[in-house]
Amino acid sequence: MADRPWNLRESYLYDKPVIAEIQRAAREGIYDIRGFGAKRRVPHFDDLLLLGASISRYPLEGYRERCDTDVTLGTRFAKRPLELKIPVTIAGMSFGALSAPAKEALGRGATEVGTSTTTGDGGMTAEEREHSMILVYQLLPSRYGMNPDDLRKADAIEVVVGQGAKPGGGGMLLGHKISDRVAEMRDLPKGIDQRSASRHPDWTGPDDLEIKIGELREITDWEKPVFVKVGATRTYYDVQLAVKAGADVIVVDGMQGGTAATQEVFIEHVGIPTLPAVRLAVDALQELGMHRQVQLIVSGGIRTGADVAKALALGADAVSIGTAALIAMGDNAPEHDEAYRKIGSASGYYDDWQAGLDPVGISTQDDELAARFDPELGGRRIANYLRVLTLEAQTLARACGKSHVHNLEPEDLVALTVEAAAMARVPLAGTDWIPGLREA
Amino acid sequence: MEAAEATAVEVVDLATTPLRELNQRLHDLAATPGPTHWRVLNPNGAHAVACGLDTEVEVEIEGHVGYYCAGMNKRATVRVRGNASTGLAENMVSGTVVIEGNASQSAGATGHGGLLVVHGDASARCGISMKGIDIVVRGSVGHLSGFMAQTGRLVVLGDAGEALGDSIYEARIYVRGAVSGLGADCVEKELGDEHRAELAALLADAGFDDVDPSEFRRYGSARQLYTFKVDNAGAY
Repeated sequence: MADRPWNLRESYLYDKPVIAEIQRAAREGIYDIRGFGAKRRVPHFDDLLLLGASISRYPLEGYRERCDTDVTLGTRFAKRPLELKIPVTIAGMSFGALSAPAKEALGRGATEVGTSTTTGDGGMTAEEREHSMILVYQLLPSRYGMNPDDLRKADAIEVVVGQGAKPGGGGMLLGHKISDRVAEMRDLPKGIDQRSASRHPDWTGPDDLEIKIGELREITDWEKPVFVKVGATRTYYDVQLAVKAGADVIVVDGMQGGTAATQEVFIEHVGIPTLPAVRLAVDALQELGMHRQVQLIVSGGIRTGADVAKALALGADAVSIGTAALIAMGDNAPEHDEAYRKIGSASGYYDDWQAGLDPVGISTQDDELAARFDPELGGRRIANYLRVLTLEAQTLARACGKSHVHNLEPEDLVALTVEAAAMARVPLAGTDWIPGLREA
Repeated sequence: MEAAEATAVEVVDLATTPLRELNQRLHDLAATPGPTHWRVLNPNGAHAVACGLDTEVEVEIEGHVGYYCAGMNKRATVRVRGNASTGLAENMVSGTVVIEGNASQSAGATGHGGLLVVHGDASARCGISMKGIDIVVRGSVGHLSGFMAQTGRLVVLGDAGEALGDSIYEARIYVRGAVSGLGADCVEKELGDEHRAELAALLADAGFDDVDPSEFRRYGSARQLYTFKVDNAGAY
């Protein structure tokens, strides 16, 4: 702020974004809806460090010794579990929120590296089925585009109870993103706001969920793994109830998880961060003796191979990426800065995924904008990015002496802050202290 | 819908046959033709009976069923000679499901097509989030029926509970009896000749030929909540 006299002091409480939001609210009379995930700083995997091997542990040789990355999902009940080559999957994102070429690119990229992608609220498109070797079909409260043919075509079924950006909230797709094709897939008129319910229409509690999962298994002849996805809140109890209800795989999405369109107040103020959620989920599984029997997928703020390695070390079987996948495909890239500025944003800040004006052609249903996006190039970038996440995680695992990324364990971790130590339940670096568990 | 010829009726007794075996045999018909008329004995409230069918087969179930009977039905005709619990014919896409007794909550939920006929009463949330299914209920329906109903027709010969058609989109609701209350954005609309003709056809399909379509009132969306306006905030 070189252009401000030194005697002017910005309020911490009322900083410029706060002032702008108060004034926007007063002007427009409606809450702010946006995409992306939580932007506030919360304790995260950055607050953990891995303890590399030295004298008391042997490292593996970086370029010669194997460090495997495969993961099998759905070993509990499904006749056909998913065999993934890497422990990073693509999270559910809807056709509607994303353009058809963007969905295709996610499938192409995931397929190239041997992992899964996921449908979203709005059904399965032919493009994503065709280009996805392993496709997880979401069953959401809205049941937009839900049909038994696509259910039978899917490789796994994900019952979505909630997502990290808005646990307890339903979805919304604003009218300007409802093209003819989106409207047809969702059985609604073109151009109107589409609200998705926050509760499933035909089941309410955990006992019902068990019966619902039973029905899905019966319909698909017990072939496909059934996932249950929850937004991170009361994670310990949710995971235990999902296990009881018969889930093969549990997906826990922390509050940093992305969304295409949610109220800002919801994104920033509901749910718990991914870091404590992993710990709680693993605790719940271990207490039931189901850790590694029911697989755990963690999402919400996975950006690097370090995030992957730390999530696995805490006990996750795999992670999912959403926001990072969009960024990998070109969202928020600096070469689009001028285009972003024309719509009142800037590269590095763009979060109006709800608006349908995405100049990169990812979060839009405008044919002209979507045509700017090349699904083959997007797919290659996704594949590259997934490879880098995997290579990074392998590098860290080898440094800790592990021949499989799943051999990483909490003992390989320390925390940089007291908060992270308490949430992840690993010792504060340089101490034996785990707040709430044992004294230093 | 009369009982078909005694010949070629495949009888499965759920007292001695696992449900999994019944459903698998019914599913296998989609690839390998087999008996076209089935009778299921002793369902004893089992869940997910005859769900996920995908062939033109007629299944008669002799007794009460649990949750999600005929769930995601496609092309098949399923008749239940008893009552059904939650989620009867949920997400059905085509075919016909007939229940001679009462249906519990969320009957026909999110159905995309086909016809659901309830001879008794249906409970709360009948036709919730319906997306093209037609539902005809001889008795009454409970509260929040037709919640967020998108397309399709819900016909109620008896009464409807509170908050009928709350947040309804383009589905059409016809009620002959009393309506306890309408939900947000649901209003009564004029019953025109085309609606009487539509009703007559639906009643005929359901096999109810003793009812005069003129006795119904029609309800649908006022379309005031289709896009968010701050002036409507109190209505949500």
